[in-house]
Amino acid sequence: MERRPRSFYVLATFFGLFLLFLYGPTITIAILSFQGPGGGLTFPMRGMSFYWFSDLFEQQAVGDIWGSFRRSFALGLMVMMTTVVVSVMAGLAFRQRFPGADLLFYLIITSLVIPSILISLGVGLMFSQSGLDVHWSTSGFGSQLTWTLPFGILIMFAVFNRFEKSYEEAARDLGASNWQTVRYVVLPIIAPSLIGVALFGFTLSYDEFARTLLTAGSYNTLPLEIYGMTTNVTTPVLYALGTLTTGFSFLIIGAFLGIAWRSNRRRARAGSDAGKGLI
Amino acid sequence: MTVSSKTGVPGISPGIKDVSRARAKLSGTTSTGFKSLLMASPLIAVLLFFLVLPIGMIVVVSFWQATEFSIIPAFVLENYEFLLGSDVTYRVFLNTLKYAVITWVCTLLIGFAVAYFLAFHVRSLTWQITLFLLCTIPFWTSNIIRMISWIPFLGRNGIANSTLISLGVIEEPVEWLLFSDFAVILAFVHLYTLFMIVPIFNTMMRIDHSLIEAARDAGASGAQILWNVIIPLSKPGIMIGTIFVLTLVMGDFITVRFMSGSQSANVGRLISNDVALLQYPSAAATAVVLLLTVLIVIGILLRFVDIRKEL
Repeated sequence: MERRPRSFYVLATFFGLFLLFLYGPTITIAILSFQGPGGGLTFPMRGMSFYWFSDLFEQQAVGDIWGSFRRSFALGLMVMMTTVVVSVMAGLAFRQRFPGADLLFYLIITSLVIPSILISLGVGLMFSQSGLDVHWSTSGFGSQLTWTLPFGILIMFAVFNRFEKSYEEAARDLGASNWQTVRYVVLPIIAPSLIGVALFGFTLSYDEFARTLLTAGSYNTLPLEIYGMTTNVTTPVLYALGTLTTGFSFLIIGAFLGIAWRSNRRRARAGSDAGKGLI
Repeated sequence: MTVSSKTGVPGISPGIKDVSRARAKLSGTTSTGFKSLLMASPLIAVLLFFLVLPIGMIVVVSFWQATEFSIIPAFVLENYEFLLGSDVTYRVFLNTLKYAVITWVCTLLIGFAVAYFLAFHVRSLTWQITLFLLCTIPFWTSNIIRMISWIPFLGRNGIANSTLISLGVIEEPVEWLLFSDFAVILAFVHLYTLFMIVPIFNTMMRIDHSLIEAARDAGASGAQILWNVIIPLSKPGIMIGTIFVLTLVMGDFITVRFMSGSQSANVGRLISNDVALLQYPSAAATAVVLLLTVLIVIGILLRFVDIRKEL
């Protein structure tokens, strides 16, 4: 193997510093959330305890953390499933030309780059002016989809750009109907990428703030609840909550990545039956 | 169908069968077009109801009148007159632009270096994927928590100040770390560098390594290869990253509010302040101007890159 140039070590150090920059603050608040009862928002640590975590489970003076967590979780699942189904359908649709395809593509890009507060404001106004109630499961749900769907569809574009069409042609030559081709050939092949779409759908919804701000109605989602806490809570209980939600996010991400990794390995092991045929 | 046309034996004149097949193919394309439209219809419905109609609503309301308690349908230009006639607007737009440009420069430099390291210096694919995932994981966690987590670093008695004091660089804690423009841009870079890394890394991974070898064989130095080969070939990724970073920063309101301690303003905060005061028409007018600005920027950038090709 070639000897590593000096630039490698410079860039590797830079990369290490970047990771520290990326994760350092999160690790810091994770440590500080174990402050003793007398501790404050910064170092030094005054003892070690679970005081602030147990505080989270007490009746809160402000807000409703566990209710908002349940709502965010439910909303995340709703958005995730919708994102996967709608993205796959749209991804399949975009493989052929259809009237308005270009316009639709530009709408997807607009949906991605439009300032979130515009969606929040517009959807909020639309619902209130037409006499509908804003609620996290209706207006909030739709607003979040405008953020998760573009990611899902861009992933589908990337997947289908690399898709080997000859598998489908083989299926069709063997007499599979359109639906059978999609169900037994296309979907199993793209399944690992759907895990990626689901990951984006859930996590982006679970952490979404700006698009939900004016569209969630009177029941807050978790990020809105946390935002409310930042203005009036000045104890490490904020860090404890942050540590818990970040830990939960890591758990979800780990689960998704684990599933993707396993399904890739299974495919590598069992996907090809080359050499196992009857001769 | 494409298979049969490929395997068609040359020299045999097209028979009736082929003609009817061609006709079936023709009618087939219109029906697949319809089928595609049907498949895309859920997406179309979502975008219509939660993107197009809300934007329309904002445009309409931007011409309405507001009293202290309610908004009244009307067609007046006063919201725009007030907006465009006020010094504050220009200052705030300029400030927004300042955040966008500084953040763009920082994220581009960091993002390019990180992507370059991952794509050209990390040699095994497993490590590339692992390190790349390490860069992307924070994207799937909460932005607000990530902002909050800067408090123990930047606060008056925070880690940065106490380190600087113990090193003897400063004697008194500096006040401008948290709740300042510095903190705002630091948070932007922290949150959005990923949006540069991913597309640049994606284009860099497609660069044919033989091009680099060819350049080296032809006597190019490392810097020349970087400047004349890698950067031009990475341009599409840089453009996509630029689109992301500029629009995210220009449309932001929460980072600026939180990290500046409500001391600085950008356009997003202008809108959210109006909303808080229930001045929806004025918020809508600002939103329309912001949207136009963003779309013009994107329109210009999209001329340099074909997003669908780059995925």
